[in-house]
Amino acid sequence: MEEMLFYDRMQFAFTITFHYLFPQLTMGLSLIIVYFKWKFLKTDDITYNKATHFWMKIFALNFAMGVVTGIPMEFQFGTNWAKFSELTGGIIGQTLAMEGMFSFFLESSFLGMFLFGEKIIGHKWHFVTGLLIFTGSWASGFLIIATHSWMQNPVGYEILANGRFVLNNFSALFTNPWLWPSYLHNQAASLVTSSFVVAGIGALYILSKRNITYGKLFLKTGVIFGLISSLIVAVPTGDLLAKNVVKYQPVTFAAMEGIFHTEEKGAEIVLIGQPDVKDKKLDNKIAVPNVLSFLTYGSWDTTVKGLDQFDETIHPTNISGLYYAYHIMVGLGTLFIGLMSLAVLQLIRKKLFETKWILWALFFMMPFPYIANTTGWYTSELGRQPWLVYNLLRTSAGASPTVSSGNTLFTLLGFVGLYMLLGLLFLLLVGKIIKNGPETVKK
Amino acid sequence: MEFFWYVVLMGILAVYVILDGYDFGAGIIHLFFAKTEKDKKAITNAIGPFWDANEVWLIAAGGVLFFAFPTLYASSFSGFYLPLMMILWLLIFRAIGLELRGQIHNPMWEAVWDKAFGIASLLLALFFGVALGNVVRGVNLGMVTNGVSTQEAHFFFLPLWNPTFSPQADQLGIIDWFTLFLGIVSVVALMIHGANWIIYKTNSDMNTKLREVVFKLNFVLMALVVISLSIWHKIEPEPFHNFLDNPLLCVFPLMCFAGMFGLLKVKTYQHDGAGFLFSSLFLLGGFTSTAASIFPNVLPSTNNVNPSLTIYNVAADDYGLSVGVYWFAIALVLVITYFIIQYKVFSGKMDDVGYGEH
Repeated sequence: MEEMLFYDRMQFAFTITFHYLFPQLTMGLSLIIVYFKWKFLKTDDITYNKATHFWMKIFALNFAMGVVTGIPMEFQFGTNWAKFSELTGGIIGQTLAMEGMFSFFLESSFLGMFLFGEKIIGHKWHFVTGLLIFTGSWASGFLIIATHSWMQNPVGYEILANGRFVLNNFSALFTNPWLWPSYLHNQAASLVTSSFVVAGIGALYILSKRNITYGKLFLKTGVIFGLISSLIVAVPTGDLLAKNVVKYQPVTFAAMEGIFHTEEKGAEIVLIGQPDVKDKKLDNKIAVPNVLSFLTYGSWDTTVKGLDQFDETIHPTNISGLYYAYHIMVGLGTLFIGLMSLAVLQLIRKKLFETKWILWALFFMMPFPYIANTTGWYTSELGRQPWLVYNLLRTSAGASPTVSSGNTLFTLLGFVGLYMLLGLLFLLLVGKIIKNGPETVKK
Repeated sequence: MEFFWYVVLMGILAVYVILDGYDFGAGIIHLFFAKTEKDKKAITNAIGPFWDANEVWLIAAGGVLFFAFPTLYASSFSGFYLPLMMILWLLIFRAIGLELRGQIHNPMWEAVWDKAFGIASLLLALFFGVALGNVVRGVNLGMVTNGVSTQEAHFFFLPLWNPTFSPQADQLGIIDWFTLFLGIVSVVALMIHGANWIIYKTNSDMNTKLREVVFKLNFVLMALVVISLSIWHKIEPEPFHNFLDNPLLCVFPLMCFAGMFGLLKVKTYQHDGAGFLFSSLFLLGGFTSTAASIFPNVLPSTNNVNPSLTIYNVAADDYGLSVGVYWFAIALVLVITYFIIQYKVFSGKMDDVGYGEH
């Protein structure tokens, strides 16, 4: 049983982590592409249309990867989490079915037109199809996070005698206090990834003295979008989300922050330190006194509950993992704001394109928003453990009863192999697109 | 309410069979009949802008199944674990074959993705037929051994096959002679369907030959259908009782036969889309007849201990099903609108779309 649950969780974790490398780029990038196309319509400057088409190519590849790795996600609810699906399908099935009907049809119907139809439909309608793709992908994110929010903070349900969750208030799914902060936080974070990628490729072109016009355009666009989005990730959305965790999942909050013992006269904020769960302490800790109380409650000496206040059976199952995930996310988020602020400052002073170290930093920073997004999701998901539906249904009660651990390991290995191949092909092809550059676009 | 969602689910699946069916079929034709680069281009152009949207009908079916019939979703997806995972892998291979082929111009690269696309299409057509066979044949619900359930009454698990390869064995497998037979029917039917789509959407040099292929395969299909009707009673003692009780249902098998008879004259039709119309009619009729023959069951039980899963004992509660009608109605209008726009923009012959050339 233990082993079975472990492989089920590993498979979901692996496939969703890999999958989400792609949508986090496409959701944000679709907005930037629409922006380039809009600029082209306004200025009639061909540079913008070539920029549009260059990023469309990268978008198309990411989108295809997102689609093929996304289908296994919907299947896995049933294949690996059958008991969970049976008990909650009447509720989470609603939002997942809506995702298919409202966003996948929209995206897939217009993607072909967006990618290959410019000649047939003209520039204006090409812009409109881009806008529709953007709408579809953001709607998809919204419905997934509505599903996710219900698992974090179940609303609008009742539980029948046989353990089944049934919906009794449809609109509650969309007024869930967990939903809007999570959604905006996630969308802003997706825009951070895209901005860093756009800026990073721009920096690459300038540093390698190729495609300079485009390098400058990408860099400028990337850092402006990047500064705005990385600020929104922190305030208000990240802040609101953390306050939700304090309110609805205080034990998760204690584990995230590494607070083993309740701190009564104001809690310190831990910057560095490795949790030692057995002895309930942090090694070589660096912390700033009272700041956590202030950030959480707006007053310097409010008590913050530690893990010792909660029964061990409801502690998150992987406290160290949760702590690291959260701290990596916050640390990187802070770094992003710092770097983007400097870059925008140099842009305003008209020195950005000559400030070599910022260009290098932006180039090497490209992978880090992916790490921040991933660890952010790990914070959320590890934080929900040991529950599938918070406080109501344990993860151990949700797995498929008839699928043996051997079969799950077999398919997990299959996914690992297949996704390695996909990853290699993806890198090869993206590298090729970047190497060819925007000038070679046939438009 | 259950019946409404059952009709919706079957409707979505039928559309899926017709739409992604031509994609799979075109892939099989690609594997066996496309010799020149021009032939291959014609095929990928003919399905390029559509396949992704076509596959969404499968996702939509999965979504509706999940929310309207959660018990069936949980039971069948975990029970058919291995074939579903393989279907996923094949769908991935097929999609990347189609999408990545044009990215690098190198004969080895192109050859690899051509085969990936073709073979994955062939196996998918086979697997979907086998899947239909499994649903018709039923499974050992509750995993009964020696008259005792070893699992909850609606759960089961099937290995890929059992040593006897028989649909009447106590311990069933996914693949037995009956389900494999339906898999072959599916491959032949989808080849016809895919060829018709290519004829309809391209001016390819293959078209004359493909009409000949459709004409011949149609006889094979007719023979297979006759055989399948005669072996059906081995897995279901009274396969036609629903049609006898309710003669109106006979419209489904009639569509199926009309499709096959229509294809007899495929070589002489003036309009290139006529063949496609008839093969769509065949698939629609064949799929709905099969569903109607086991109604109200959706997954029959092969033991006497646990009851079959029917639309009534696997459905979600009434509130959820009713509220779903509202958003579904809105979504359906939108989907139909997109569909019309999409097929208008890419109407007519597709030879010049340049799909996959970035």
